[in-house]
Amino acid sequence: MKFGTEIVVMCVFTFLALVAAGFGVDEPFRQHMWVLFFVLLGFVIVLLRNTSFAPAAPVDPSAYMDGPIRYGAIATMFWGVVGMLVGVVIALQLAYPDLNIEPWFNLGRLRPLHTSGVVFAFGGNALICTSMYVVQRTSRARLFGGNLAWFVFWGYQLFIVMAATGYLLGITESREYAEPEWYVDLWLTIVWVAYLVLFLGTILKRKEPHIYVANWFYLSFIVTIAMLHVVNNLSMPVSLLGSKSYSAFSGVQDALTQWWYGHNAVGFFLTAGFLGMMYYFVPKQVNRPVYSYRLSIIHFWALIFLYIWAGPHHLHYTALPDWAQTLGMVFSIMLWMPSWGGMINGLMTLSGAWDKLRTDPIVRMMVMAVAFYGMSTFEGPMMSIKAVNSLSHYTDWTIGHVHSGALGWVGMISFGAIYYMVPKLWNRERLYSLRLVTWHFWLATLGIVVYAAVMWVSGIMQGLMWREYDEQGFLVYSFAETVAAMHPYYVMRAAGGAMYLAGAVIMAWNITMTILGYQREEEPMPGSVPALQPAQ
Amino acid sequence: MDYNLMREFADSWALLAMTLFFVGVVAFTLRPGSRKQADEAARIPLKDD
Amino acid sequence: MGLMDKHAIIEKNATLLLVGSLLVVTVGGIVEIAPLFYLDNTIEKVEGMRPYSPLELAGRNVYVREGCYLCHSQMIRPFRDEVERYGHYSLAAESMYDHPFQWGSKRTGPDLARVGDRYSNEWHVQHLAEPRSVVPESIMPSYAFLKDTAIDVKDFSTHLIANRRVGVPYSDDMIAHAGDDLTAQANPNADTSDLEGRYPKAKLGDFDGNPQQVTEMDALVAYLQMLGTLVDFKTYDEAAGYR
Repeated sequence: MKFGTEIVVMCVFTFLALVAAGFGVDEPFRQHMWVLFFVLLGFVIVLLRNTSFAPAAPVDPSAYMDGPIRYGAIATMFWGVVGMLVGVVIALQLAYPDLNIEPWFNLGRLRPLHTSGVVFAFGGNALICTSMYVVQRTSRARLFGGNLAWFVFWGYQLFIVMAATGYLLGITESREYAEPEWYVDLWLTIVWVAYLVLFLGTILKRKEPHIYVANWFYLSFIVTIAMLHVVNNLSMPVSLLGSKSYSAFSGVQDALTQWWYGHNAVGFFLTAGFLGMMYYFVPKQVNRPVYSYRLSIIHFWALIFLYIWAGPHHLHYTALPDWAQTLGMVFSIMLWMPSWGGMINGLMTLSGAWDKLRTDPIVRMMVMAVAFYGMSTFEGPMMSIKAVNSLSHYTDWTIGHVHSGALGWVGMISFGAIYYMVPKLWNRERLYSLRLVTWHFWLATLGIVVYAAVMWVSGIMQGLMWREYDEQGFLVYSFAETVAAMHPYYVMRAAGGAMYLAGAVIMAWNITMTILGYQREEEPMPGSVPALQPAQ
Repeated sequence: MDYNLMREFADSWALLAMTLFFVGVVAFTLRPGSRKQADEAARIPLKDD
Repeated sequence: MGLMDKHAIIEKNATLLLVGSLLVVTVGGIVEIAPLFYLDNTIEKVEGMRPYSPLELAGRNVYVREGCYLCHSQMIRPFRDEVERYGHYSLAAESMYDHPFQWGSKRTGPDLARVGDRYSNEWHVQHLAEPRSVVPESIMPSYAFLKDTAIDVKDFSTHLIANRRVGVPYSDDMIAHAGDDLTAQANPNADTSDLEGRYPKAKLGDFDGNPQQVTEMDALVAYLQMLGTLVDFKTYDEAAGYR
């Protein structure tokens, strides 16, 4: 029977969720378990409707397994739009506080929904589906473990739904980018180990003798995130039937553990993983090998070695001992070099094919991504210098920096990879429309520029206002005055974010139409078709 | 073992060792003989779809 | 086989690549984080720190739940403007019982590390319910619902037990009286001498203006009112604390 075991297991878990919903010791936990119950019930119904007693068709062991990747591409698009929409909402809440709706839709609960939505739901799905795509094609082997890939995909979606609904119910560990509570963390650990087994297993059965460098980046991302996630989320639950837990560490140790995690969520989730993407999809889209493979090897080892030290720069001038702060600063500055090595490697892959920038909007998107990677990996080390950090820390400058990396680098490279993959995955000749990609490109680019520039101005202004003294030696501004001064910038920031979101919505439309098999009647991109020559 | 001792070790021998290791890694990766092998590896993504 | 071929082995062996990259990424974390646990001077010697009283702990949980740390830091840096605006710079010792820490990373609103005793209880309640009625420029959301949400007093000792398991020195006495202490701290008519013995400097009284029940508003205001008030800076040795 198809899905026999799955149905039985899911029924058991659905029942357990119901029991937990009844016997939970705190109200949020009971509500959360009701959510889980209905989600699992949905899974069971879908499985039951799709079961069949006919013998399963034999699987061609040499064919690539693309089903979970197709779902992953759709999930990436879906969560991307959701996460960015929540981002625009909280940006507007900062400009117009009456938009807060207590208790579930206050900024304090929506903000983790936004960050987890874009980092883990959008970025995570993009990483999981592209890594499955890349590892098969560079290993020339089918994904390892039969239905394991499906477990990873659906297990990860369940994690996202539980994390997101938990935030709205007020279930949080308050660790930035690691907010889910202990039981959701445990579930993610299981899914993540399955992902590691899936990825490593596929590499182990490869037919290509060499392991392509993109897979190194993906592998180090998976392994390091496993380590960071487990250590940072060590905590003591109040009850096994309750949502609340207390962190295993306290105060200064807790702070460094969290930012060791937090910075390497940036370093390994948002950088190493997406560099894996860059090292595969840029060469594919421009159809030439990476500029220097040897540089990519140095890039890899230097990057993963240096990144892990950089966390303390989030704690400059705090109660963290000075030696740790200095260590974090030194390594953050050194990090500039491998980052730019990687950027140069990505950009120079286009050498000899620069004309594609004009004719291929997907290449343009990827190049813009790499350019933003370079920009933010310059800004980051600069902000980690203690003197600069004393001004920038606690201000919007940090928010601007994060978004130039997240929207510019992570977002754009993922968009490029999805645009590349979707026609191939659904056997379409081309995308629905290249002109819509151009629209997306310009909306996104303009949105980021507005966003980052506005946050620079507001952040630096905020920092300067806080420390401004008059001639008599009194502080000039009350805190409330500095808040009022931010208002116009918060409005403009929301506009920048909305432009970026609009681009993503256009993309979702374009991708949907491509999947449905439509092709838009449109003029080809200028220069993409050779101009007709007069007869000699 | 106190903090000052570790500090002294870190900015002398440990620093030297790490620098040498790094120079070694770079020299090794960029050695002349590795070019052919690297070029082959770089073509992996272009082989297959 | 010469040294030249060594990296080729890594490039072709997935397990080695896995182990190699795991080793490379563990070094930094171990060197930075591990010493914090055993170097004696990581946490300064101060007088006055004690575990949170049950009501304060309940309030802190509300603070965590509502994501206050996303806009308010609890970490004053040693700069002239911050010390003048917020008070003495924060010490590591002041968050030694914080599971998790609440230092924050962004000041959309002001730092709260020493907000205790700065405003009246009534001000806090009004400000939390309708922020713009007391600070017109404020962009803070409203938290009026805290006034209507009762605290689950019955099993509150389980929270103290969980904290003790991760190293907070709650005594058996404190755990046994967790529920009583929680209600007594918010009840102006209760006998609080035992409570004050267990938790010196605890702020007492009916915080939210509703003596009928202990609400999350009571707890949150009790927590805010004690923030930064415990350490006695007259006895603190700055030079010895530097590290």
